[in-house]
Amino acid sequence: MSTDPIIAQTEATAPKIAVELVGVNKWYGDFHVLRDVNLTVERGERLVICGPSGSGKSTLIRCINRLEEHQKGRIVVDGIELTDDLKHIDQVRREVGMCFQHFNLFPHLTILENCTLAPMWVRKMPKKEAEDLAMHFLEKVKIPHQAHKYPGQLSGGQQQRVAIARALCMRPRIMLFDEPTSALDPEMVKEVLDTMVSLAHDGMTMLCVTHEMGFARQVANRVIFMDAGQIIEMNEPNAFFSNPQHERTKLFLSQILH
Amino acid sequence: MSDTTAPLSRPGVSPAQAFVSAALREPEPAPVSTRGPVLWVRQHLVGSVPQVLLTLFGIWLVYVTVPPLIKFFLIDAVWTGTSREACLPEKVGRPVGACWPFIWAKMDQLLYGFYPASERWRVNVVYALGAILLLPLLIQKLPGKRLNAIAFFGVFPVVAFVLLTGGNLDMQRFLVGSIGSIGFGDLFTSGGSVQGLRASFWIDFVVSTVIVTAIAFLVSRFVAGPEAGPAAAKATLSMLGLLGLIIFAMDIDLGLPQVETRLWGGLLVTLVIAVTGITVSLPFGILLALGRRSKLPLVKALSIIFIEFWRGVPLITVLFFATYMLPLFLPGRFTIDGLLRALVGVALFASAYMAEVVRGGLQAIPKGQYEGAMALGLRPGLMMRLVVLPQALKMVIPGIVNNFIGLFKDTTLVLIVSIFDLLGSMRAAFTDPSWASPTTLFTGFGFAGIIYFVFCFGMSRYSMALEKRLDRAQRH
Repeated sequence: MSTDPIIAQTEATAPKIAVELVGVNKWYGDFHVLRDVNLTVERGERLVICGPSGSGKSTLIRCINRLEEHQKGRIVVDGIELTDDLKHIDQVRREVGMCFQHFNLFPHLTILENCTLAPMWVRKMPKKEAEDLAMHFLEKVKIPHQAHKYPGQLSGGQQQRVAIARALCMRPRIMLFDEPTSALDPEMVKEVLDTMVSLAHDGMTMLCVTHEMGFARQVANRVIFMDAGQIIEMNEPNAFFSNPQHERTKLFLSQILH
Repeated sequence: MSDTTAPLSRPGVSPAQAFVSAALREPEPAPVSTRGPVLWVRQHLVGSVPQVLLTLFGIWLVYVTVPPLIKFFLIDAVWTGTSREACLPEKVGRPVGACWPFIWAKMDQLLYGFYPASERWRVNVVYALGAILLLPLLIQKLPGKRLNAIAFFGVFPVVAFVLLTGGNLDMQRFLVGSIGSIGFGDLFTSGGSVQGLRASFWIDFVVSTVIVTAIAFLVSRFVAGPEAGPAAAKATLSMLGLLGLIIFAMDIDLGLPQVETRLWGGLLVTLVIAVTGITVSLPFGILLALGRRSKLPLVKALSIIFIEFWRGVPLITVLFFATYMLPLFLPGRFTIDGLLRALVGVALFASAYMAEVVRGGLQAIPKGQYEGAMALGLRPGLMMRLVVLPQALKMVIPGIVNNFIGLFKDTTLVLIVSIFDLLGSMRAAFTDPSWASPTTLFTGFGFAGIIYFVFCFGMSRYSMALEKRLDRAQRH
């Protein structure tokens, strides 16, 4: 089990409870997208969230760094409650890294600049230090030699690994993954999953929306199944896959497991 | 596989159909007939019947336009002479083309207007300084861009102002004094002047600064919480400090004779209006575009009203209104320089157009870019500055430069408010009877056209090179 010194150092000071959701409700207009979601994630836990499309799983993790606003209930991230207070939102976003389905790298900046942007402007880190940190994490995701290229010159898998490195450069205590491999060619899925597995070994708290069941079996502490905006079933991976309880879960698993 | 589907019938593969690739084939050069100049001619000039016709039409068009132009402006042209005599066909004894001596004779008027001859060195210094500061800013390889930009956008305008007008602003009152003079008479004007500086103005300035800063502190503290107060006060203070510094610099009396703007003319006026319009309209347009997309209803409404108002009114109306009607509404002693009024009108007009171009770019930025930036903890201001605007502006470079070029040529409209730009000075020069000849008019307009073309084509080429450079960096 490898441990990244920088990640270990960051994690060591984090509160015991990483994320706590109590009775969270959210509506898009009249559409009730999250219905009374309760969830507690402890430090160092790896959660995989799956479910059919439109079940609210992306919305759920996007609420955790306030890319989406919840209308009812309490969300506490790293000991900070998410309210309308902009300062709290800033604090939470600094502690929470996120990777998106479509990477969302900044195409006008080089790989290195993508990684140093937030540390320099948000954390006010000197340029040299930020670049050293960026190179540390680019090495970790195994693309240090691409540092001076632009995102458009990289393959999808490489771009997603850069996105992971970019998020890590803010030294987050929690990482969110929103379907990180869904937009990738089959050959590139593995390189991204390998990076995520190594991150799990470093002790990072992770919440992943993904349909990669192999990954769930390998690293997850818990698997959550969502449907119609609710958590339908939650279990440790072996029991979840071998002995699903709810009818909807059984149907879902029979569709995706061959 | 679901077991309800019937098994597909699959006839076996015969040994002849099975195939395994033995080795990867090396790439080979393309056949000769598909490359080289012969192919280019075939593909681009005579590929099909419409193409042949278009080629012939193009050749005909060049034949009827280019040789006569060369004949008029170069071959038949008169190059030397001291009066209209040199350009009269019956005196010269041959057909006469362009009458260049007319341009040489009027050159000073075309470049400086009625700027006093003894002071024209000041205009030349401004031209030279502008060129020296602008060129390295445009060449990407040269270092020190930040310092260069501060020098060009911050220091140069002040220096240019002092040199062109003679500096020594006659500032009487600032905010408090202006407001005060309405209510309780001249509050500070009793103070004398020390070393050319009007003490009354500076007392007023300091008092105003203190009051405005205090208001900013209290308002932001009340609206945005206790920690916003000092930040707002600091921002206000530094902005007013900068303003004070600029006014101070403009106010210094260097002993230069004052040159009123109504004496300015020719290319000087064209460049002053165009450069001011261009440098003001871009930042102002960006602010308006952001304002129009703001979630704050008041900001949004004000931006929309501003943009739609200025876009809906012809520039001629704006200039006319600013010059002839504004003074009727202002209190008697409150006068603004004529050129300044035109400048403000042009700048606001151009900003509204620029705002819509920039908005087009902002709309093309995918939502993911905003989310990526927000997830990294970038606040809205930084997100716009570092992530959204660089991409949006790059996308709309053609539109921005289009506006710049349009603005450059629109400056000629100041003629209707009796400001003589290059074209205006040219028309004034036409009225000189000692240069009346059959071709004076064509020569003059031809020359003005060449000057406008040089500037506009320069901007166009530079923007294309810029686009190419930015593209090259980011493409696969």
